[in-house]
Amino acid sequence: MSQPQDGVSDTPLLDPPLLDRADVRVKHATGIGGALEAFVTRVRSGDLGFLPVIIGLLIICTVFQILNPVFLSSSNLANLLFDSSTIGVISLGIVCVLMVAQIDLSVGSVSGFASALVGTLWVNQGWPVPLAILAALVIGALIGAAYAFLFNWLGMPSFVSTLSGLLAFLGLQLYILRSTGSINLPFGSPLVSFGQLLTVPGWLAYALVALAAVGVFLTNYRTEQRRKASGLSTQPMAAIATKALAIFIGLGFIVFYLNKTRGVPWIFGLFVGLVVAMNYALKQTKWGRSLTAVGGNPEAARRSGINVRRIYMSAFMICSTLAALGGVLAAARLASASQQAGTGDVNLNAIAAAVIGGTSLFGGRGSAYSALLGIIVIEAISSGLTLLDLSSSLRYMITGAVLAIAVIVDSLSRRSRMANGRA
Amino acid sequence: MNNVSENAVPHGEPVLSLRGISKHFGAVSALSEIAFDVHAGEVVALVGDNGAGKSTLVKILAGVHQPSAGEIFFAGKPVRLADPSTAIDLGIATVFQDLALCENLDVVANIFLGREQGPWHLDEVSMEIRAWTLLNELSARIPSVREPIASLSGGQRQTVAIARSLLLDPKLIMLDEPTAALGVAQTAEVLDLIERVRARGLGVLMISHNMEDVRAVADRIVVLRLGRNNGILAPDASNEELVSAITGASENSVTRRAGRRAQLERSSEARP
Repeated sequence: MSQPQDGVSDTPLLDPPLLDRADVRVKHATGIGGALEAFVTRVRSGDLGFLPVIIGLLIICTVFQILNPVFLSSSNLANLLFDSSTIGVISLGIVCVLMVAQIDLSVGSVSGFASALVGTLWVNQGWPVPLAILAALVIGALIGAAYAFLFNWLGMPSFVSTLSGLLAFLGLQLYILRSTGSINLPFGSPLVSFGQLLTVPGWLAYALVALAAVGVFLTNYRTEQRRKASGLSTQPMAAIATKALAIFIGLGFIVFYLNKTRGVPWIFGLFVGLVVAMNYALKQTKWGRSLTAVGGNPEAARRSGINVRRIYMSAFMICSTLAALGGVLAAARLASASQQAGTGDVNLNAIAAAVIGGTSLFGGRGSAYSALLGIIVIEAISSGLTLLDLSSSLRYMITGAVLAIAVIVDSLSRRSRMANGRA
Repeated sequence: MNNVSENAVPHGEPVLSLRGISKHFGAVSALSEIAFDVHAGEVVALVGDNGAGKSTLVKILAGVHQPSAGEIFFAGKPVRLADPSTAIDLGIATVFQDLALCENLDVVANIFLGREQGPWHLDEVSMEIRAWTLLNELSARIPSVREPIASLSGGQRQTVAIARSLLLDPKLIMLDEPTAALGVAQTAEVLDLIERVRARGLGVLMISHNMEDVRAVADRIVVLRLGRNNGILAPDASNEELVSAITGASENSVTRRAGRRAQLERSSEARP
């Protein structure tokens, strides 16, 4: 065969352009520098993601650590995680209703009602614990179904229906507990131990961290292989490996630090498990896609053939079921079902946590992880002020200010997203 | 591009037949006694002035509104379009005037909305490939299918909406003002696309205010006026015929204006 001529052999054989990289007008980030640049552009256009809540958390931790060195101690953090889990679970439900641009104001009362129900059925009526919990969860689901019915078929705004629910279920809770005022759950029972003491064994915690990192790596790797095979652009192998490694080191360090004293609470493990499951449901399933669509444009969702009423129904039912679960966990944490359970700031903390974590009040934007990050911010403020021996008056004021800042950030970033075409 | 001669396309069975369709909103009759057919491999243009009831008719056929009276036959069988998913499942795809896209979702999510692959684990890779294939068939200029719809221009959104309607291989496509938001080149692309769709044996019902576009692709022109049938014309009908069918009289603001212009031109020619 003929020798390739010098000049000709130099010209690179042009690969056919990748399916999603054919348009020359679009700037595509390449490499680590490009990824960083793309991130900065995204943030500047108002797509903030978790940035505000992470910055807020860093500020809060720094301030309290300077004021009281106990704040970041291993045992205080473990305690903080115990406290976060109960309201965090409730807040996870709030994320669901906020995603469809609705609200549930009655989660506090429903959680209190559920804890009273479990106390009564278990301690007073002698039901087995799992059955009592199941009954509370079913009642929670029915309450959500009732709100959805009022919203879907009678056109009652969820703001009003859940406000009346707030009063009604508080009344039911007081009625159930009228004879005693509060029911003490037996210490040493599995439920109370779960709420107060039990932590994940060290080896299991590390194994779960490793599992998470390997899982992230493998799912990303398989997706990239498929994209490559189909002629779509891929992210470099190094990026996936870095991501998995960062997860392994980050979570591994947290587990290591907590294991120095009490370890990772099981109740917090349950909460994180629910968050991961909810994140999967929101991002990876048809249901989650429909939920996001209904939150963004209900009419467009309806015309696409989505059963919008069923989506609202599922959101309200999940919210109040998780509220009931949160109530059961709170009863376990306090070892009692009292008339005060679920009252006070439970409601508002649960809603504030979702918003502080970055779920939009305007619907269609949000993440399960916002419940996790938001509740940690709120509990960190609460824990820090308790350590400083400051009264709850100050705690309310500071939490209120943080919530206001979170909503302002939400509104401003929404305006910026609209101006930059990323609404 | 590929020029399909109108006579070369045989008119098949009626895909869609409307008989006596009426729709009342309270005391207002938006539509009364509408009747026409759309055959396979045929482009029917639906024209009419503002408030003639075109969009209401589209919404009825898309299952968004239910008719107050009348019958709809799809592929020869009487059907009741109770909701949008019934219409979609039958094979009626609609591109709405307001496009009905979710601005917070990306292009792939919008194209597959309600029809996602893998309900329990979304198959993002194959959905993205299919989205690119559809968009490339339409010679679309979409920078990225992973950007939210909010970042796209009007014409790009239109293309996404059309791509979405083609996803399920429908038998009938309805386009409500498909070229209203488009530039010159993209309008030509959409008209080419309509002809390609017709060549594939689909029925097309197109609503437009733009008479040029209507004449360019339509096989028949159905005129609505104040919610009633006001004639079915051939695409080579004269402008006067069309305008008088739409406005209801040969003496109207359009003809008066044309008359004035003609007079002006005559007087300017008369001058030396």
